[in-house]
Amino acid sequence: MSLGWILILGANSDMAVAVAKRYAKAGHDIYLASRNIDECEKQAADIRLRFGVKALSVAFDARQFESHASFYSDLPHAPIGVVLAFGVMYEQLDVQQNFALAQSMIETNYMGAVSILEIVSADFETKKAGFIVGISSVAGDRGRQSNYIYGSTKAGLSTYLDGLRHRLFKVGVHVMTVKPGFVDTKMTKGLDLPEKLTAKPDEVAEAIYKGVERKRNTLYVKSVWSLIMLIIRNVPEFVFKKTKL
Amino acid sequence: MDGNNLKVISGWGRFPVHHAKEFYCRDGLELSDDFQSASFIVRGNARSYGDSSLGNHFFSSKTGYKRFIAFDENTGLLRCEAGVLLSEVIDVFLPKGWFLKVTPGTKLITVGGAIASDVHGKNHHIEGCFSQCVDSLRLMIASGEVVTCSRQENRELFLATCGGMGLTGVILEASFYLKPVNSQFIEQRTIKTRNLKETFEAFEASSNETYSVAWIDCLAKGENLGRSLLMVGDFADDGDLDYRHRNKASVPFDFPTFALNGLSVKVFNTLYYGKASKGTSAQRVSLDTFFYPLDAIGHWNRIYGKNGFVQYQFILPKEVSFEGLQKILEKIADKGMGSFLAVLKLYGPENEHYLSFPMEGYSLALDFKMQKGLLPFLDELDEVVVALGGRIYLAKDARMKRSIFEQSYPRLETFKELRESLGLNKKFTSLQSERLGL
Repeated sequence: MSLGWILILGANSDMAVAVAKRYAKAGHDIYLASRNIDECEKQAADIRLRFGVKALSVAFDARQFESHASFYSDLPHAPIGVVLAFGVMYEQLDVQQNFALAQSMIETNYMGAVSILEIVSADFETKKAGFIVGISSVAGDRGRQSNYIYGSTKAGLSTYLDGLRHRLFKVGVHVMTVKPGFVDTKMTKGLDLPEKLTAKPDEVAEAIYKGVERKRNTLYVKSVWSLIMLIIRNVPEFVFKKTKL
Repeated sequence: MDGNNLKVISGWGRFPVHHAKEFYCRDGLELSDDFQSASFIVRGNARSYGDSSLGNHFFSSKTGYKRFIAFDENTGLLRCEAGVLLSEVIDVFLPKGWFLKVTPGTKLITVGGAIASDVHGKNHHIEGCFSQCVDSLRLMIASGEVVTCSRQENRELFLATCGGMGLTGVILEASFYLKPVNSQFIEQRTIKTRNLKETFEAFEASSNETYSVAWIDCLAKGENLGRSLLMVGDFADDGDLDYRHRNKASVPFDFPTFALNGLSVKVFNTLYYGKASKGTSAQRVSLDTFFYPLDAIGHWNRIYGKNGFVQYQFILPKEVSFEGLQKILEKIADKGMGSFLAVLKLYGPENEHYLSFPMEGYSLALDFKMQKGLLPFLDELDEVVVALGGRIYLAKDARMKRSIFEQSYPRLETFKELRESLGLNKKFTSLQSERLGL
């Protein structure tokens, strides 16, 4: 007996794969959606073998906004939960100097999220059931010179998710914002991340799974991050702008 | 530290310790700049004991290449990426009634590592080494090209890669057979023997048993020399496949280096031997207890203290095993350097893989705490082993001399020629390959 389908959007990151496996372990069937369908299919085969659930790979491109409605309506079974895990991060200097690159990041991280989640929300609102998890970032909590274009896409996403949560609360649909902090993934391999601040993908997945069960609103995976960001958000601007962060 | 982001790495024996640079593959190994830049060794779960997974540069399989690909329920053929752990194979497939055809004494190794060390288990006399159940594998060679190797296709590379210590390329995927089982339990019998002669007789009498291995008290002397507990068994047939994990203990810190000494080991061994009933006794134990007793204790390697230990495993041809073991056990008992874990096993025939360890005969594996005088003593034992036509297991080795190695692995030249002809010797190197001139 299936516990219902979970749709993972942007299913190729280590974090997304870990989340998919966590839901499969609990007995859910899984849609893995991403641009790279070959990788997704490999991942789906692994999940089918490991957990004995159904797992399907589906092509999805966050920036092909006009394709989102049919992408969603073509899913063989409507999902009961959606985890938005896509997002790109380009180097600050590169996006400063190349607007086309900045635009593609904004389109993916913010516009893509709004486009697909509005479609999902309309469905869940009608059914008065479902949950949405959006993976945002601590980088969106305050703009910093070293990362503010990326950070602002995530700030937009976080604010969007706040509003969506407000709207869908009335119909019993829960929206959770996740701010993982540093995560030990392919993307960060080789960087010298402080161990105490760095979560493993499996830890993030477990936190998300439990967070949804407990209907958490905003989730910092390592709780120390909520403290760090509380401080960073509250440093007065006249001091903050002199820092090198 | 010199700020080059070097990592401090070692094998399971924690000797030697090396500073090395980790390479990363974000978008597939072949596209990695690191792959092109220098020679390296692949490091799976780092459970080989010595320096075979150490090099100045290494790729770790810890973050990738960990997916199952396909399973054929009719034949038991499993295809997966090489970074999958044997423990994952058991977790997923035991509940479906399948188990590894060949498993070593730890399940915390990767499939790639099992192939590279051509590991064996308590059923070597029946099923041979891990390579025996391997149907084919996919190997990335020095050019970055990925080739399929099997007994039919690229046969030489296949023969070299199983047991080849990662020196023939990067094992990316493997297809290997599992065997059907009908329980998560093992019906075990323990046979207590009083000396080496009895131990050998018990092994010979048990040659039809699926699994057999002996724990030998290597500090016993005189008439007790070679006294053992021989454990034999096979899977039960009760249909209970509800496999769950036991709670795991862990050694949280390094024991002080003086904690293990001749006396404490002797006390342990005497108690352990004394605990078993006389003659033969029967038990029903979980497969984890039977195959992987030490996996239940995380970081058990810490009991040897911060200086680490060497696991010394040698094998002797059958016809000289008795006299050879007697000689070596006497030397060890005289030296008082013995260990908790001395494991004796009777092996079946040798296979055709160039660097595979087993041959028909008896092998003994012992842990020695790293201490003054140990290395010269092991050199002394090497001479005895090689003079009798035996050899040392590369997956355990951290210190063997090149000349000893060259005398004891007769197909070494074939292996080296293949490495040279494909340029593998320039791309895949470990501290062990450099030490042994591979």
